[in-house]
Amino acid sequence: MSENNELTESIERYLNGEMTKAERAQFEELRAKDASVNTKVAEHKHFINLVKQYGERLELEMRLDAIHDEIDVHTLEEEMMIHPSFIVRMWRNHHSKISVAASIAIFAVLSTLFFTGYLNNKNANYGPLKGKIDQLERDQNNLKNKVNNLPVQRPQMTNPGNFRGTGFAISTNGYIVTDNHVILHADSVYVQAADGKSYRTKVVYTEPVNDIAVLEITDPSFKPLAPLPYTFKKTETDLGEGVFTIGYPKDNIVLGSGLLTSSTGDRGDTTQYQISALLDYGHSGGPLLDSKGNIIGIINGKQTRVAGAAFAVKTSYLLKAIKDIPADSLNKPLNANGKNILAGLARPQQIKKLENYVFMVRVYNQ
Amino acid sequence: MSKETNSGVPTDSEVILGILNNSENVLKRLYLAYFPMILQLVINNNGSTDDAKDIYQEAIIVLYNKVKTGDFELSSKLKTYIYSICRRLWLKRLTQMNRYGGDIKDFQEFLVVDDETEKNNERDIQFNKMGSALQQLGEPCKTIIEDFYINNKSMQEICEEFGYTNADNAKTQKYKCLQRLKKLFFQQK
Repeated sequence: MSENNELTESIERYLNGEMTKAERAQFEELRAKDASVNTKVAEHKHFINLVKQYGERLELEMRLDAIHDEIDVHTLEEEMMIHPSFIVRMWRNHHSKISVAASIAIFAVLSTLFFTGYLNNKNANYGPLKGKIDQLERDQNNLKNKVNNLPVQRPQMTNPGNFRGTGFAISTNGYIVTDNHVILHADSVYVQAADGKSYRTKVVYTEPVNDIAVLEITDPSFKPLAPLPYTFKKTETDLGEGVFTIGYPKDNIVLGSGLLTSSTGDRGDTTQYQISALLDYGHSGGPLLDSKGNIIGIINGKQTRVAGAAFAVKTSYLLKAIKDIPADSLNKPLNANGKNILAGLARPQQIKKLENYVFMVRVYNQ
Repeated sequence: MSKETNSGVPTDSEVILGILNNSENVLKRLYLAYFPMILQLVINNNGSTDDAKDIYQEAIIVLYNKVKTGDFELSSKLKTYIYSICRRLWLKRLTQMNRYGGDIKDFQEFLVVDDETEKNNERDIQFNKMGSALQQLGEPCKTIIEDFYINNKSMQEICEEFGYTNADNAKTQKYKCLQRLKKLFFQQK
């Protein structure tokens, strides 16, 4: 050990140049002779150098650290950082706060939705719709019921507004008979002839009990008609008689024909006949004729419950009504006499003759 | 030296002379002059300020040692040289950390530097070994070795400091310590 130390000391002294000239010469001789000594010298030199360099490095690092500590790295960092956009900077600086805020917001929204049942009830949206459908159904049923429960319209049509019926001449100078219910509540009544000409009329007499009204054409443009082609049959007509009527349920004249089926009308009304004819409301006020062209009644109404049953007021009541018209209501004489020229004619010819004496009655009220 | 040159960016020749003369002032000015450039490089390429410090100091040490050993030839501006070395070191570090995206943002012109850093690396390994050997050596050996070989203190001073009765005792102790240090150093892989 001590020998070793001595050798090391010698090497150090040799390397540091601390030996005397004699010692040095002696040591170099030893190096030359003993290779192991020589190696040791080299090794020691290298190792000590490493130690020294290590020391220098440590010192240098300390110096650099000391210098580094003087730098305000943080400020410099701010300066040197390529500043990303405002939003990215915001995010970098405040991302924790932003995250917390966002979490709270999401939580709040979700919990609100949860507690309001929005998340649970997927059918919430369908509820009202179903309700609406139910309501619609109810409404519809109500409407249906209302329609079904509407008071059954009397055969006598009191339809307000532009009402249309039929009338026929009872004299050549402009007296026309129709149903009272046709002109009821009328402000003005016009009649339109088969040729399309329209005339203003005045109601001169009404007999509500028998549903008869008598109009007078007051229009100056009206020209007297040719003599009436029909007569009024005073006696009762027998059941089974073929009957027909023409009227204006629409803009063109419409024929209705059938048989006389009862000598009494609606609910045993003895003032009326019952006939089997497909008639429409516009036929009201039209003439009912037998096959020979005699007027036997005025079409009055129809049975709503039984198809093909209509009623007509018997002619005797018409004649009675004509008789009952106060004389001072008439501006000109009412001469209800005609000469039957229809008898023996075929139905189309009868109708052609008849056309000019049957009028569409237009009623205007407010 | 005039007062003006005592602060601010030192000229390239000033730096070399300063390092050779162990000038604290020049080293400081050198350090302060180019650190911002390297900080900019590192922090804008996925690095932290500490990364920048490590890289920069490594580069300064490379430069320092090259100048000291006399094999430094300035073929470009010193600034470019430092930047190039740092860039290379940082790329290497990024690759090691798997953080290199294949793209680096540059702020200066740079040279392709050959692997001078490799040599430095070997030396670093030796130094690391030495450091840990010294740590394992423990006191008082560590201080004795450091004082004698690194701080160039005389045996007399060491003797007084550690209260050895005579210099021979101290010397014996020192050799023992050196022996152990060698052993520890070479034991390491």
